[in-house]
Amino acid sequence: MKPAPFRYERPATLEAVLALLDAHGAQAEILAGGQSLMPMLALRVARPDLVIDINRIAGLGDITAIPDGGVRIGARARHAEVMASPLVPALMRSALAHVAHPAIRNRGTLGGSLALADPAAEMPCCMVALGARIVTLSSRGETHHDAASFFHGLYSTARRPDEMILRIEIPPLGPQWRFAFLEEARRLGDYAIAGVALAMGAGEVRLAFCGVEPAPRCLPATEALILAGADPLPGLVELAPMDSDDAPEAYRRHLAGVLLKRALREVGHG
Amino acid sequence: MTDLALPQDGWIGRRMPREDTRRLVMGAGRYVDDLACRGELHAAFLRSPYPHAGFRLDLSQAKALDGVAAVFVAEDLARVCGGLICPDLAFPGMVSPQQLPLVAERAVYQGEPIALVLADSRAVAEDAVELIAVDWQELPAITRLDQSLTQDAPPVHLGLASNLGWSTQIGTDLRDAFAGAALVVETTLDFARNTGVTLEPRGLIAQWDAGALELRISHQMPHQLQLHIAELFGVAMSRVRVICGDVGGGFGLKMHIYQDELATIAAARLIGRPVRFIADRMESLMADIHAREHRIHGRMAVDAQGRIIGFDIDDLHGMGAYSVFPRSSTREAMSALAVIGAPYLHQVFHARLRCALQNKVPTGQLRAVGNPIGCAITERLVDLAASARGEDRLVFRARNLLPEAMQPWTSPSGFRLFGLSHHRCLERLQKLMDLPKLRAEISDACASGRWLGLGFASLVEFTAPNSRSYGPTGAPVAAVDAVVATLEMTGDISVRASVSEIGQGIRQSLAQVMADAMGVPAENVAVLTGDTATVPHGGGAWASRGAAIGGEAAWQAGVALRAQILEIAAALLQAQAADLDIRFGQVVDQHGSARMGLDELSRIVTLQSYLLPDGMQGQLSVSRTYRREADSALPNNGIQAVLVEIDPDTGHISALRHWVVFDCGRVLNPLLVEEQIRGGVVMGLGQALLEACSYDSGGQFISATLADYKVPMADDAPDIEVALVETPYAGSAVGAKGAGEAGACAAPAALLNAVNDALAGQGAQISALPITPLDVLRALGRVPQA
Repeated sequence: MKPAPFRYERPATLEAVLALLDAHGAQAEILAGGQSLMPMLALRVARPDLVIDINRIAGLGDITAIPDGGVRIGARARHAEVMASPLVPALMRSALAHVAHPAIRNRGTLGGSLALADPAAEMPCCMVALGARIVTLSSRGETHHDAASFFHGLYSTARRPDEMILRIEIPPLGPQWRFAFLEEARRLGDYAIAGVALAMGAGEVRLAFCGVEPAPRCLPATEALILAGADPLPGLVELAPMDSDDAPEAYRRHLAGVLLKRALREVGHG
Repeated sequence: MTDLALPQDGWIGRRMPREDTRRLVMGAGRYVDDLACRGELHAAFLRSPYPHAGFRLDLSQAKALDGVAAVFVAEDLARVCGGLICPDLAFPGMVSPQQLPLVAERAVYQGEPIALVLADSRAVAEDAVELIAVDWQELPAITRLDQSLTQDAPPVHLGLASNLGWSTQIGTDLRDAFAGAALVVETTLDFARNTGVTLEPRGLIAQWDAGALELRISHQMPHQLQLHIAELFGVAMSRVRVICGDVGGGFGLKMHIYQDELATIAAARLIGRPVRFIADRMESLMADIHAREHRIHGRMAVDAQGRIIGFDIDDLHGMGAYSVFPRSSTREAMSALAVIGAPYLHQVFHARLRCALQNKVPTGQLRAVGNPIGCAITERLVDLAASARGEDRLVFRARNLLPEAMQPWTSPSGFRLFGLSHHRCLERLQKLMDLPKLRAEISDACASGRWLGLGFASLVEFTAPNSRSYGPTGAPVAAVDAVVATLEMTGDISVRASVSEIGQGIRQSLAQVMADAMGVPAENVAVLTGDTATVPHGGGAWASRGAAIGGEAAWQAGVALRAQILEIAAALLQAQAADLDIRFGQVVDQHGSARMGLDELSRIVTLQSYLLPDGMQGQLSVSRTYRREADSALPNNGIQAVLVEIDPDTGHISALRHWVVFDCGRVLNPLLVEEQIRGGVVMGLGQALLEACSYDSGGQFISATLADYKVPMADDAPDIEVALVETPYAGSAVGAKGAGEAGACAAPAALLNAVNDALAGQGAQISALPITPLDVLRALGRVPQA
């Protein structure tokens, strides 16, 4: 279990990263925490020509308050740092408790999780539920993506090969907002079979699942039922769950309903 | 047997941490991959990606890669190493073709090694493996157990008329006995394949020097391996040295002979340089032995008074593509059958066994071999009978457990049961659990909508077999163990023992036995294991034998050495040996006064031997090999209970608390026994809830990482309370029976019963392990069946 040969660069500046991405694009992989990339390299599932290590770039992991509200999280912020930050919404902190184990959270990064877009990962669906903005950077400049349209499918995002994720901006969500994150996994720290991220404000609700569909997205029909005070479960027909031997479509759909009802109860709705 | 009583205030029975613990937990252990050999090459294998496929290889590109020293295939290795044929004297008619170190022409399981690359690094070796051009011809394969014996099942090996590897019947016709029964209960249980997940994977460094082999390997039985290698490579045993340093877990995986290990040794011989092979986790999960995989149907007849009449069993077991060398894959099923009904008095027994060949890695002996299956079917039937009779499960058990007054008792299946303390264990368990209070708490919780369930499982396990087990089978498995005890000039005792330390703490246990036998503090005893050049021949680590066999050898060696030392002391002190004793490292007289230190005595014998009287040589070493003559195996016994909670909506099962009462005879060190029990329970719970070697519908192995083969983590393990009952084995001086596997024997059965108890009110039943949340939801009708 050793990686296929690759070239390794550890640039000190963003400009140097962008130049490498311009030159190598789809043949390059960015190494941040390495908690997914390194096993994928070792298993020879990922076979890049070039690995670009961004761990020496200053400031890329900073977590700062946005002056007029919200929080800005550098792409290389470690899960453990995000979890410990008083600036991030409680939804992320409770979801991060389900992300692997402390040793992995000490290295794994928010940007890495979003760039990988594992369908079962917790952070992408939290971004959708929080209405976050994912900012990518290339030599052409910054591009701002709504989280709801960033995740395209299994391991697939709007990020182009010459772009890197630079930061995540989470809009201000006032004290009236309530959050719940729940998931079902075989063991604590495993990827979710199904998970739900729920954010509820006054007259507003945002909901996203992980592990259910190939990518997290907004679910307008279900959200509308919740806002109307109706039983939200009929809305879940809008889900098209994944299907596998160990987690068939009907099982994921069942869990989505169970978790949604529990999440609504947790935020005091229903 | 010896007539020396154990000292009342001795070291045996003391709760001592093992001496190795600090070193190992601080990361100072030295495992195979920590040992570098100058000039070594690294091995990597091309393994079959298909369960059944012919192949043609083009090695030219792989051989041309920079850093590659050689690429070997079957015919290369055949020049120096023979093939494996599992001995079948115990299993007449068994079908198992020869296994070569590298398979030629056609692979019969996914992961079977086909070619071996030697290179300057493992990375380069893996690069070269990718450059081997293979023309595959996929062949029809059978992986599913339930389809392996059907008429139209494709043959596992070309030309086989049937995939039936072996079958047998045990016992007598039951028709009359069952026809007269007041109640017959029945059930079918399915067990997935499991494997052992050792922290240190299999690995070896082989180095030949002028026709002699030095082999460093992570293995459980160095002497047996030494013999196999001598025979397969046609060299004398004295030219083969097997060294097992720290072994990072065994669980039975590391007592089999693997194709890749033989291939590595053969390659080292052909290339004339040291070769290292360390299995990576994917190779381990895919190509280490698997175990379990049974579909077992059981019926149990009960009379009107609620007494068990007998058992009728039909077991279908998956062997894989070969019967595992050298012990045979059929062993597990035979072990399962041996313990069915064993805790309970009964009159009749019948079993049919069919072992099916499959295009999968062979199944072999994994901790608790067969016992989880035998225990689970028995305990499930017992619960079903109690339920059908409308009586408490422990009342039913108490009525049927084999009473002490009736022992020894020979079961209808022919096993001798003695020294078992079932009723004492049952009483102790109820106190340990504070059962009336617990039942009230469960009742309250259930009334408030929670789904709790309690499960019980009694067990008997046959441990520490003597040579009647393997001796007649043709498999070179030693049931004796040996100890060489030496008094050193610093007054301490070196113990060279043939038992193997694989993390279970046997060295600490032997140190405590030797301390009592010799009259020295336990910390003045050092136990050496694992090196065929320095320790005497014996069995190593298998079948929970270290304490019962190795411990007895240590006792006998210590007693003999003590007698020799006292003879020397008597001569030097001009006293009678009978008036002297050794206490705390000192020769003492009748009044307990110290007369001479063991260090002084040893120095005189070695350095100033002119002080010895004429005619006295002064032997400071003793060698003892112990074989137990009576009792082909030592049955232990115990009972476990587990409390589970099921989430009705997600089907998620949580084990909340677990209790064990266990009797393994004389306890050498309660701390080590309790930790063996706890580790075994966690392993058993893992197999009941999480662990499965899985293959998809196309026969592809889909659990080749630890994300997919789910072992229990700390979060998954409940608190496990352990209480020990001691019924020493009367046939030995030390009186120990086996303890290493019992935790794993009964935990799956207890868990299965607990889950079914929790679901009893819902009209749902679970009958397959591991139990997934999806299984629970399907049983409840909340998610449609597949």
